[in-house]
Amino acid sequence: MLSQESLAQIDRELAKYPADQRRSAIMGALRIAQTEKRYLTNELIEFVASYVRIPPVAAYEVATFYNMYDRKPVGKYKLTVCTNLPCALSGGYTTADYLKQKLGIGFGETTADGKFTLAEGECMGACGYAPVMLVNNHSMCNHMTPDAIDKKLAELE
Amino acid sequence: MLEIEIDGKKLTVPSGSTVMDAANSIGVHIPHFCYHKKLSIAANCRMCLVQVEKAPKPLPACATPVTDGMKVFTHSDQAVTAQKGVMEFLLINHPLDCPICDQGGECQLQDLAVGYGQSGSRYQEEKRVVANKDLGPLISTDMTRCIHCSRCVRFTEEIAGYQELGMANRGEFTEVLPFIGKTVNSEISGNVIDLCPVGALTSKPFRYSARTWELSRRKSVSPHDGLGANLVVQVKNHKVMRVLPLENEAINECWLADRDRFSYEALNSEERITKPMIKQGGVWQEADWQTALEFVANGLKGVIAEHGRDSVAAVATAHSTVEELFLLRKLMSGLGVDAVETRLRAADFSLKTAGATWLGQPIAELASNEAVLLIGSTLRKEQPLLAQRLRQGVKKGLKLAAINPHADDLLTTKAAELVVRPDQLVEGVLQVLKAVAEIKGIALPTNVDAASIDIPAEARAVAAVLDGKAKAAILLGNLAQQHPRYAEVYAAAAAIAEATGAKLGVLAEAANSVGAQLIGTDAGGDVFAKPRQAYFMLNTEAEFDVQNGAQALAAVQNAKLVVALSSFSSCALEHADVILPVAPFSETSGTFVNMEGRAQSFNGVVRPLGDTRPAWKVLRVLGNLLGFVGFDYTSSEEIRDEALAGDIAPRLSNVLAAPVAVKAQAASGLVRLGEVSLYQADMLSRRAPSLQKTADAAVAAQLRASAATLAKLGLAVGDRARVTQGNGVAELEVAVDAALLDEVIRVSANHPLTRALAAHVGAISVVKA
Ligand code: SF4
Ligand code: FES
Ligand code: FES
Repeated sequence: MLSQESLAQIDRELAKYPADQRRSAIMGALRIAQTEKRYLTNELIEFVASYVRIPPVAAYEVATFYNMYDRKPVGKYKLTVCTNLPCALSGGYTTADYLKQKLGIGFGETTADGKFTLAEGECMGACGYAPVMLVNNHSMCNHMTPDAIDKKLAELE
Repeated sequence: MLEIEIDGKKLTVPSGSTVMDAANSIGVHIPHFCYHKKLSIAANCRMCLVQVEKAPKPLPACATPVTDGMKVFTHSDQAVTAQKGVMEFLLINHPLDCPICDQGGECQLQDLAVGYGQSGSRYQEEKRVVANKDLGPLISTDMTRCIHCSRCVRFTEEIAGYQELGMANRGEFTEVLPFIGKTVNSEISGNVIDLCPVGALTSKPFRYSARTWELSRRKSVSPHDGLGANLVVQVKNHKVMRVLPLENEAINECWLADRDRFSYEALNSEERITKPMIKQGGVWQEADWQTALEFVANGLKGVIAEHGRDSVAAVATAHSTVEELFLLRKLMSGLGVDAVETRLRAADFSLKTAGATWLGQPIAELASNEAVLLIGSTLRKEQPLLAQRLRQGVKKGLKLAAINPHADDLLTTKAAELVVRPDQLVEGVLQVLKAVAEIKGIALPTNVDAASIDIPAEARAVAAVLDGKAKAAILLGNLAQQHPRYAEVYAAAAAIAEATGAKLGVLAEAANSVGAQLIGTDAGGDVFAKPRQAYFMLNTEAEFDVQNGAQALAAVQNAKLVVALSSFSSCALEHADVILPVAPFSETSGTFVNMEGRAQSFNGVVRPLGDTRPAWKVLRVLGNLLGFVGFDYTSSEEIRDEALAGDIAPRLSNVLAAPVAVKAQAASGLVRLGEVSLYQADMLSRRAPSLQKTADAAVAAQLRASAATLAKLGLAVGDRARVTQGNGVAELEVAVDAALLDEVIRVSANHPLTRALAAHVGAISVVKA
């Protein structure tokens, strides 16, 4: 269900923990699976769980708890805007509203061309750079004023 | 030891104790939901908040370790305000549907809301609603009532050994669920019903059938496996409505297996027979007791007069009580009949020990062994709660090893495992014995011929697990006891025990297996191999309770006289000449001696149904009718005191009475692994509809083999296969089982679909149907 590369990466995650604590590797394993497949179906969660050798429901708990795991198809670029308090005080909602209006979608929605998905995020530990936005869970963008957003969107093809 | 003061009371507690432990030890009640003494600490309900001197805010008692000199106030203003606050939060999303909730009257939330709740809610907004989940035939859900204490989740993971339930999503959206499309299939799943502090998880068979306060609670003892779990049987209008555990730390702790909990459904089954019946000219007719008993007495006398006393055999399952078995034996010896047998599922009757075979140690000590070697046991299905005990032992360092004809998951870590063909169990034990002898540098006992045995690495690993352990046990399960070479398995296991200093134990198959031996109802041998003229059958269904059911059925069908004492009609009806309706465990007083040799007496919890009578009374009257002396008992206690006179302990012994010659043999070809499914093991579980809908019951109806074996036989999963053994044929659905060696065909024994087949272990042929 996953490529050899992804499985090798999961093996590396597993190697970080003692043999009787394989469960600890589930977050990393799900992240790797999601990176390859873009989002986590129930079948994929079950596959990862059996690869890590934990009950599927234990993986499902993790996959449904953390909001960086996607369980529905997302656009080519998933833009996650932090709306926790420090960001909110520094314009996080303005950023979000600007994006909503510009892309014509709300939180949890994807543009018709499948290019962008907008998501609401929790504190990313970068409050000093508020408002903060994350692209595809991996690249962090700081000080996302409307101007900065225009620039960023233009970069994303 | 630490000093602590709770509500002004000073006490000392061992270090490591929590405030909750300390409070419990002096009987101070701290309200709680998620805390449970047998589960890990989750501290997620916050109901147990208490005030602690010098702490800036209330602390959860269940998760706060005691420190020296700590002062705790459980009912101070600060504590009570905190507790009331938590209660208000818990009730915000709770539906408050107590009038239609089965938990009403025994709900911890209801009880605590009386003490800590407000009379009205300040929350006016919409409440959340959670979709119900399908957890299978035993557990009913009303998930909107869930307060997310996570007890059920922790139970499946920590006690049952496999996390079947989880807490998905977060915050307001949190829900308890099994993985999509799965149900809860553990053989001890029903315990989550007791654990759930609210009405989110309730009993499906009991649903909406009574309110808890209408039920009277009566103590009893489980009639199933050899553990003898203590029960609270709940009764309304002389009908058993529900069964719950009676806590007994030395036996079942606070748990029950699903079989103990749900088999009561059979007590109210349509198949109950309530009037004596006599077959005349091939037609069944109701009779009164006097006529039926005279028919039996005259019939037995007639057969003996004509064919001699060896032409009669009496059989009973070891689910019968001490009192019943004792009178059965006494009645038979009055008639001069020696053949009285309870080891009906045995294939090898040759084992002789110095006393009644038993666990070899108290149940409570099992988990404190350093090593346990299981031989021939599907433990989780044979003794569900013992499997649970060993699981807890493994967490504390117990090393578990197994020699088995399958590699079934015990849902705990096995330190070593030797998987053998079912017909090579003796050889498997010999491999380990040889490995042990090698480690110890000792010679094999002279009665053992293991010259042809090579020692595989797995056998060495098993031997290493036992080596050097001060406290270890070797336990023989049902597959060993039902094995065609049981005496050899036993003797080889005894030799390992001798060499390693481990204690040998036998996991009693049935509730009264040990009691049956104490009474001596194990003197008949295979009474169906050579057919008799008359069979006297107590609580026995030939096809389902006897190892070679087909042979037993044929013997019974050809007999001149078959007397059946049974609570149920169906199978007995086909071949008996007279049926005497006798009481199941719930309708008679009696005693079971469990696997540790503990005699547990119980009273009837309801009156016998219709004209049913307790079997001991029936046997007593028969004794009187036949004019025997010593049948004038007035109570079952009198019989028990005579049957079990003196101490039981000195009469238990696993020491071989004489050396058994053990000789390794070779085997090849397709071989049957026949196990009795846990829900076919006795008359009651066979007739409990909800148990018959479980995943375990479904698996029992399949033919299972390794993928390679299936391929070789040209079978695919889902196909139907026809199996032939002796003259018997059965048709089953095919499934793959990775826990089996090649050429092993796992087919349930004593199952409605396989009753035509012969011995549990033996050559078998399989073709696509
Ligand atoms: S279902 Fe019951 S036991 Fe399970 S978390 Fe909810 S309230 Fe607790
Ligand atoms: S609040 Fe947005 S990064 Fe911390
Ligand atoms: S009982 Fe202590 S937090 Fe639940």
